[in-house]
Amino acid sequence: MTETRPEAVRMPMTRAPGCPFDPPDGLATLRADNPITRMEYPDGHVGWLVTGYALTREVLADPRFSSKRELLRVPFPGGPVGTMPPAPPGHLHGMDPPEHTRYRRLLAGRFTVRRMDQLTERIERSTAEHLDAMVRQGPPADLVECCAYPVPALTICELLGVPAADHDRFKRTARMMNALDNDPAEAYAAATSLDAYMRELVAVKRAHPTDDLLGDLTETDLTEEELVGIGTVLLGAGLDTTANMIALGVLALLSHPDQFAALRDDPAQVDGAVEELLRYLTVVHTNVQTALVDVELGGQSIRAGDSVTFSMHAANRDPARFTDPDTLDVRRRAVGHLAFGHGIHQCLGQQLARVEMRVAFRALLTRFPTLRLAAPLAEIPVHVTAIYSAPRIPVTWDADGDG
Amino acid sequence: MRVSVDHEHCCGAGMCVLIAPDVFDQHGADGRVVLLDDSPPAAQHDAVRQAAQACPCGVIDTAD
Repeated sequence: MTETRPEAVRMPMTRAPGCPFDPPDGLATLRADNPITRMEYPDGHVGWLVTGYALTREVLADPRFSSKRELLRVPFPGGPVGTMPPAPPGHLHGMDPPEHTRYRRLLAGRFTVRRMDQLTERIERSTAEHLDAMVRQGPPADLVECCAYPVPALTICELLGVPAADHDRFKRTARMMNALDNDPAEAYAAATSLDAYMRELVAVKRAHPTDDLLGDLTETDLTEEELVGIGTVLLGAGLDTTANMIALGVLALLSHPDQFAALRDDPAQVDGAVEELLRYLTVVHTNVQTALVDVELGGQSIRAGDSVTFSMHAANRDPARFTDPDTLDVRRRAVGHLAFGHGIHQCLGQQLARVEMRVAFRALLTRFPTLRLAAPLAEIPVHVTAIYSAPRIPVTWDADGDG
Repeated sequence: MRVSVDHEHCCGAGMCVLIAPDVFDQHGADGRVVLLDDSPPAAQHDAVRQAAQACPCGVIDTAD
């Protein structure tokens, strides 16, 4: 008897018109049909695509699947094709235990819930300063430029221990590395320059340890290469993701005026609203693993070496887990969403991201109760690359009084 | 309710502290879970179950 196999799909990357917050078109249909399906990768490999919540959670917690960079296939067109080199020292997200465990334990204590909560006041202060500048400048303004990008940039600089004199250089380079309209050569040059900067910074910290994350880490057994890798990764993982969650979070609230009003009128709901925005938007929309051995999964036979891609966004919109999943509801209990991933690689900086988002949404809605978009939603680009991003969000407000 | 945790496999994500801060804490050194109360009062049971469910590494066990 011949086995019937469904045709392999390609990774959906295009959203339906008028749906800038929903998973790319086709994912919901795939999930409804089967939470795991065959997928063809840009290099021709036929692996798998998982779209269901329960299966995503199950596999991401299963040690038979690997995060090793040298096994990774990028599911999007335009990414690197062919075998990649192993993760450089310190790049823990591209490693499995025990290498991953060593780094994770050195870092996780720096990002605990209580430690991050203690940063609230400092982040509130820098947010207020940026919003003061936005008020002085007057409407309209670009929310990304005024708040969503610079506040997380300043926060990660201070946390890592980048001296104030270097903040602008650091931010410029980081922004260039991730700018969408960059050509790859420019992005590569920016990455090289960030690596060189990190190398200088590590040398300075080694000579004169300061009371910050990199300063403290120079006093562990981490090598220079490892410190440079960790510094680069923390910046790369922590800045664009948070900045775009704040930007897209505000965009989503402004496009759902009832939700904006609900949060503005009861700011105490901000913790729940942050979880719901994380679920609804899932800025880090995709994850990839590689099977280390043959595994039976969701009725399918996964072979050792197969790549498995997870649409975290589709999983977070799974009606089997969340009632009415495509509705943004800031009063929903969204805890349990997979926006930070799942398993041993679940986002190291998630508690920092939560504090940054709570502070940003609370401050923006309190300071600018009449905030609204200064352009039609359809004219504000939201890009689908490795993450979702909005390079500009034009906003306006009633300038009478304080916003 | 009796609560137990597997320190060895904890990845220090902090979900338990976020959801049930009266029952769980994290070590300052490596972020791993510290169980503050292994038999929490009834008022905490829902939060503890949610924390066990949300834990990315599945290291929290509860027994009634």
